[in-house]
Amino acid sequence: MTHMTTVTACDHILRAGNTNCAGCGMSVGLQLLEQGLGATRPTLAIPACCGIVTAGAFPTSGYAVPVAATTFASAPAVATGLSIVYELNRDPHPVVCWAGDGGTYDIGIATLSAAAERNENIIYICYDNEIYGNTGGQRSSATPEGVRTSTTPRGKAERKKDILAIMAAHRIPYAATLSVAHRDDFLRKVRTALSIRGFRFLLMLSPCPTGWKSEPEESVDLIDLAVRCGLFPLIEIFDGRRYRINVRPDGTPLDAYTSRQRRYASTEIDMDRLKASIADDWQQLDMLARVFPAK
Amino acid sequence: MARELLTGNAAAGYALAMAGQANRKARGCCGGAYPITPQTEIIEFLRAFEFEKGQIVPVESEHSAMAVCIGASLAGARAFTASSANGLAYMTENVFAAGYFRLPIVMVAVNRTLGPPWNIWTDQGDSLALRDAPWIQLYVESHQDLVDTILVAFRLAEDPRVLLPAMVCMDGFILSHTQMVANLPEQNQVDRYLPICRVPHRLRHEHPATIGGLAWPRETEHMRHEIQEAMVRVLDVLPDTLDEFEHVFERRPKGVISPEFVEDAETVIIASGTMARTARNVIHARREHGERIGLISTKLFRPFPREAFRRLLRGRRRIAVLDRNHSPGSGGIFGQEIAASLQTFTGALIQNYIVGLGGGDVTPAVINRVIDDLASRTVAVDPIWEEVMA
Ligand code: SF4
Repeated sequence: MTHMTTVTACDHILRAGNTNCAGCGMSVGLQLLEQGLGATRPTLAIPACCGIVTAGAFPTSGYAVPVAATTFASAPAVATGLSIVYELNRDPHPVVCWAGDGGTYDIGIATLSAAAERNENIIYICYDNEIYGNTGGQRSSATPEGVRTSTTPRGKAERKKDILAIMAAHRIPYAATLSVAHRDDFLRKVRTALSIRGFRFLLMLSPCPTGWKSEPEESVDLIDLAVRCGLFPLIEIFDGRRYRINVRPDGTPLDAYTSRQRRYASTEIDMDRLKASIADDWQQLDMLARVFPAK
Repeated sequence: MARELLTGNAAAGYALAMAGQANRKARGCCGGAYPITPQTEIIEFLRAFEFEKGQIVPVESEHSAMAVCIGASLAGARAFTASSANGLAYMTENVFAAGYFRLPIVMVAVNRTLGPPWNIWTDQGDSLALRDAPWIQLYVESHQDLVDTILVAFRLAEDPRVLLPAMVCMDGFILSHTQMVANLPEQNQVDRYLPICRVPHRLRHEHPATIGGLAWPRETEHMRHEIQEAMVRVLDVLPDTLDEFEHVFERRPKGVISPEFVEDAETVIIASGTMARTARNVIHARREHGERIGLISTKLFRPFPREAFRRLLRGRRRIAVLDRNHSPGSGGIFGQEIAASLQTFTGALIQNYIVGLGGGDVTPAVINRVIDDLASRTVAVDPIWEEVMA
């Protein structure tokens, strides 16, 4: 009777035949999420983003779990309503927000921050493709400095927002980064998140061949390189205070990552500055992990 | 049932809380709440209420208040909230979403002027700006009417023939902050009146479904058409909900529209909210002087009860529609709807008056001026503004 699609139940979160681009990190992420959750079936709240386009058009769906497609800024608030009623009814299914960078870093940040401040019982996963992939690739506050998008044709002027630090500042019980190239680490973090009550924030760097102007078959390798060159640290933050570094950079040069994406081919990108800021971030991270280690 | 002296906001909070509590044997109740004058007391009441199975979430904005209601309703709970003016405007995107999702959420809208200029007094422009949203809209004229209508709104919204959200609108300050005596129902009565809330399309793991995703043009049109049909059915379902109300509470709430002295009237005044109460007193007084004048107080604005108006107004010669709202470039919104409903009539003079905008007092003197002005006219003109009439 209403705008709703029912599909046959199956073991997967993401069913076959979705419309994601080849090499989309979000598709890999959904599969790793499923593996991490094991037999636990989530209810998803997905705002406007590629993740909801994944569902495809009525009357079918690319998802085999219940999904609420929310308005752009509302996923954590809709998830709040779902999760509270689940708890009132002792319903064990975890409520998971699956959101892109626009819905997380930009339009959704007030809602995200509020749900984190209230410590709602939600797992929030941002698949960060550093771009509005859904609308063809415009700048977001997750887009790195200097990178070219359709609205920053000469390269983005501002630095990327440090969303993980912002979320940690809410002193939520668990915040961590996820890499689609580090399966075991990914699965362990999903299980850790599942074992904790309250607001859990997971940030996944999500390759987007369309926006990154990269080759689809290189997507997972690119994330591996991003971790190895130190650009995307794999870490965990407990209660916003205690840090754990999971994977350290291994000396892989930064341009092994950047040279394989044409979005980085902007004259505005100052590689030396980028390297210096990565080194700076690591210095700070190292210090935090030493002074405030996770048990 | 207890007779109590209380503010409109307290009455609204009480009715919402009782309705939510009534669903404790089912999936409970939940809503988001954000303060805005003159609605704030309602959410204060709800936050202080100890629900057996329910929670009111103190969110960061009205946009999220409605989003929490959407999530709660999708999980099968009874969901409700309250807002006003710019809060409603800020909430708008999710107000539409709640309706298009076909979720039986109830919201109390305390009518207040949309700013700027910042003005906290009553004006129906805020809720009427949402007239094109898939929400039932009901306007009340007293505290008793408010309590009763809120309970009716839940029953109506959750009826399987309807499944649409409902907004109960009351005049800010005039009702929200003044005290009146009202009969408050007991919990067991509300339990009897409101069956457990069933959201047939709630998200379930046994039948994984995606709700709110992409749809093609034809399917979208089909869904919109279903909403239209559900809206029209409200007109059939509403009398049933009133009958049942009378059965349980032993009093009958006001109906879709309430006519008084209309059958033999030459002149009819149409008003909503507290303006209708003031107009009633004026009309009673003028009737005593032999004037053939009547009143229609409108409660239901969406769906608009066109047929009822046509039936009642057939043969009436002069009709004044009072609007405490204004659609720039057009006129009063009730005025437009009445004129559109009566388009097949010939001969009736339908005059629209814009009164009490921005919370201006609609006193008996204002109503008397409207009646005198109407009597002096031979043809209808563009909406007449109170300030011009004075
Ligand atoms: S645009 Fe990017 S994020 Fe969106 S589906 Fe394609 S690859 Fe994935």
